[in-house]
Amino acid sequence: MLETYLSLVMKTIFVENMALAFFLGMCSFLAVSKKVETAIGLGGAVIFVLGITCPMNQFLHEWLLAEGALAWISPELATVDLSFLNFLVFIGTIAAMVQIVEMTLDRYSPALYNALGVFLPLIAVNCAILGASLFMVERDYNFSESAVYGIGSGIGWAMAVIALAAIREKMRYSDVPPALRGLGITFMLTGLMAIGFMAFAGISL
Amino acid sequence: MSAAPGGLSKAQREALVDPLFNNNPIALQVLGICSALAVTTKLETAVVMSIALTVVLIGSNVTISVLRERIPSSIRIVVQLTVIASLVILTDQVLKAFVFDVSKQLSVFVGLIITNCIVMGRAEAYAMQNGPVESFLDGLGNGLGYSLILIVVAFFRELLGGGKLFGIQLLPLVTEGGWYNPNGLMVLAPGAFFLIGAFIWALRAWKPDQIEAE
Repeated sequence: MLETYLSLVMKTIFVENMALAFFLGMCSFLAVSKKVETAIGLGGAVIFVLGITCPMNQFLHEWLLAEGALAWISPELATVDLSFLNFLVFIGTIAAMVQIVEMTLDRYSPALYNALGVFLPLIAVNCAILGASLFMVERDYNFSESAVYGIGSGIGWAMAVIALAAIREKMRYSDVPPALRGLGITFMLTGLMAIGFMAFAGISL
Repeated sequence: MSAAPGGLSKAQREALVDPLFNNNPIALQVLGICSALAVTTKLETAVVMSIALTVVLIGSNVTISVLRERIPSSIRIVVQLTVIASLVILTDQVLKAFVFDVSKQLSVFVGLIITNCIVMGRAEAYAMQNGPVESFLDGLGNGLGYSLILIVVAFFRELLGGGKLFGIQLLPLVTEGGWYNPNGLMVLAPGAFFLIGAFIWALRAWKPDQIEAE
């Protein structure tokens, strides 16, 4: 049992890295990777939100939206299939969760709120979050698996963005062709990082 | 505004043409990159994705532009997300009904149009301030700018990675007695990053005013 989860964590962090293998959350990945400090802040917020929204959406999907999910209310509803509402419900949950997380942090942990503050609203439109929920449905994860999956992919994404930020800080000392500066060279760098992460392919515990 | 040839005013023409090269959503505004990379291993999926995104973008731009006077600004993000998500659900259902194979290959990426920053970005930056006609053109223009990059990247990835275009074998492979040795890197994730990087390089070498100051 424990091995399944451990292998799932390893897989989501290294083999199926959200940013480098599935290209998810690329917009903020490229925009917020100029400094290591901000990258750490955003990375932390993403792990947090992913770890909460992924199991929550799984719960909603299993008990409300999937085909036959409403059978627990009355047997007549067993044929109802609301899965076409997935997108709307998931994005609603994510937006609401981000808002709640923001308010809770503001109330109980002002230090953490100040550290993450700017990045929390950004996360609602980070495709890694919605992507994780959609992958979770596609792969039929159960509640605990989806919690592990959410946290694992958050850690993988955070690691990638922090690593990229560290490399970009060092890039200031190199002589890049003018037309390639900024976005262009960042894409090339991400490509090289993706090649590095491919070395993990096929690892299973 | 004076009417220009083609029946469009200058501002309208700019809204349509500018996003192609001068203000490309992917290469300059850095929006909507996630899906641009993930669906470009084949030309077919790239074309379907481009059409889907363009339709959603036009739909959301027009709807939000029509509603812009009635949306209270404090809840505008929620309203925008609802409009976009509903349009994406429609698109997804249409794709599932008519091109099921492609829809399976696109997997979660149709759903991810919701969080595609181009759609949100244009709704927020353009449709909230402009009328429906301009917003329609802006949506079409940005959709085409996005499609342009997607199709160029998919063209190279499919051609170099498998010697095919639209699934038709153009370069005979070595394994099948031909002369072309496929470049496996192009099909994998890093190939997409390199190609987009190179595309941006080429675009900025051609239009030097887009170069970023360090």
